[in-house]
Amino acid sequence: MEWIMAVAVGVLFMIGVYLILSKSLLRIILGTSLLTHGVHLLLLTMAGLKRGAAPVLGSGGDAYADPLPQALILTSIVISFGVTALYFVLAYRAYQTRGTDEIDAADEVRGGEEES
Amino acid sequence: MNNLLVLPVLLPMAIAVLLMFFRTKTQLQRVIGLLGGIANVGIAATIVLRVREHGIQTLQLGGWAPPYGIVFVADMFAALLVLAASITGLAVLIYSFSTIGQKREEHYYYTFFHFLLVGVYGSFLTGDIFNLFVFFEVMLISSYALITLGGSKKQMREAPKYLLINILSSTLFVAAVAYLYAAVGTLNMAHLSQRIAEAGQGGVLNVIAVLFLVVFSLKAGLFLFFWLPGSYAAPPFAVRALFGALLTKVGLYAIVRTFTLIFPYDSSLTHTWIGGMAAATMILGGIGAAAYRDIPRILNYNVLIGVGFVAFGLSTGTRDGMEGVVFYMLHDILSKGLMFVLGGMLIAAAGTDRLDGMGGLIRRRPGLGWMFFILALALAGIPPLSGFAGKVLIVRGGLEDGMLTLSLVALASSLLTLYSIIKIFREAFWGVEPQTEPEAEMSKARPGLANVSAVLLLLFVIGLGVGANGVYGPVSQAGETLADPSLYIEAVLKE
Repeated sequence: MEWIMAVAVGVLFMIGVYLILSKSLLRIILGTSLLTHGVHLLLLTMAGLKRGAAPVLGSGGDAYADPLPQALILTSIVISFGVTALYFVLAYRAYQTRGTDEIDAADEVRGGEEES
Repeated sequence: MNNLLVLPVLLPMAIAVLLMFFRTKTQLQRVIGLLGGIANVGIAATIVLRVREHGIQTLQLGGWAPPYGIVFVADMFAALLVLAASITGLAVLIYSFSTIGQKREEHYYYTFFHFLLVGVYGSFLTGDIFNLFVFFEVMLISSYALITLGGSKKQMREAPKYLLINILSSTLFVAAVAYLYAAVGTLNMAHLSQRIAEAGQGGVLNVIAVLFLVVFSLKAGLFLFFWLPGSYAAPPFAVRALFGALLTKVGLYAIVRTFTLIFPYDSSLTHTWIGGMAAATMILGGIGAAAYRDIPRILNYNVLIGVGFVAFGLSTGTRDGMEGVVFYMLHDILSKGLMFVLGGMLIAAAGTDRLDGMGGLIRRRPGLGWMFFILALALAGIPPLSGFAGKVLIVRGGLEDGMLTLSLVALASSLLTLYSIIKIFREAFWGVEPQTEPEAEMSKARPGLANVSAVLLLLFVIGLGVGANGVYGPVSQAGETLADPSLYIEAVLKE
């Protein structure tokens, strides 16, 4: 089971990195989202995918799934959710201010070091 | 029990939340923030004294014994860094009062400021690797807000890059934690160290160690610093002072902590890597500082030289090197804060950030000029000032370890630091005054408070150098824990 997940995580990382290397800010944000998906799946996989009951006491069974990585993933999900939301708004503002969606577009202030 | 340890995190967090309710009352925000900042210096000083007397302090959050709960640990290294960070935080806060402007203040500037401090103090004090990640994010998300606040065109150009590189490194951080958890099955730093010692660091654990090195180097600007000179040139100077003094140091602290506590068992591999990256950082930072003729870039590249120096001290792995790391990081936090405060005052006084447009400022601003001169000497490491003791200890550690080339590179980088800052001093303060009028916005600013902030930092920079003998006791205590991880492990995992 783990090796399928490893391949899936690898594919997510691959696509994420490819998207991050593109010019458009929107594609880059999608790339970071895929990367965080990949890393959350990785966290789940690396803790082991053994069979067991959901980590709720009283749900029966002798063995439970490891609860720690689930808590870590939950924490990491909300953090990356907050950051992604901020990134989207920032991209929108950057588009409004600069008039381009390209992350490294040369604009007129380049080299001129205009102070804010 | 020992609830003092959580106060450096709790107090700024409470202030940040409180300040959200008084968005438009900037005077009230300033007073509350200032009182909180002063209280935090007091708390940090108390922690340092307590660690000095009773050894390493630990606090088990929620009463759960490690390795099952999160533990806060203040060894002398962490305590000293919290103290230095709170002093710099206070000074930068005072500097913000006079320079940041009403509009930013009304849009939660002080709230973000205090949340950033929460992240910094928390990163220094935590004893859990995933909790370190969370505090990193607290710090980074506040820094995202501070780097974009104001929304000028330049900020909008640099902020997306800054966010991208930090999201990437945070993702790699989580991946590294996942691998580490799979390899040893724990997250508590002391317990990790024990488990890794039992398993023997080699093979996959070395790969994880290098992954952590990549993650923290991205944050600290150790060799992987390509994002730093541009990003740190975007926000206002008060924010730059905070970033330059604290953000890279937290990354550095994480490197030092990781490779003295969790992965110290195969130093021939990891420490060689760190040494090489340190040399590259010092060389490239030195070249950058010497090459440019605009002040923001010169200052940003000087931040990098400091990072390289600390990493060099770490790579020596000797007791002297460790003490040097502690000493130099204290100096670096204070002096880099001072450097950006003075740089901001200089640019405000000259009305331009280009060296070519400056000259003759010593007649109008003699105080600023001589403070800048002292700063240049302190950064370069001239004996009575704060940079000296750390550099001597680090270079001595390097020579003890037979790293002659690296030691020479380190000394050469000090020379380039001196050259780059004196270049600013010579061209901005001496020579002929240019014919342009200083900009009108100068008159609005109140340099009085900025002066208070600069003098406060300068006193500490001088004091740290002159009183090096008095500071050496705690520094040596910190170096002892860094050189011998078993002290830390025993303090945390005591029965």
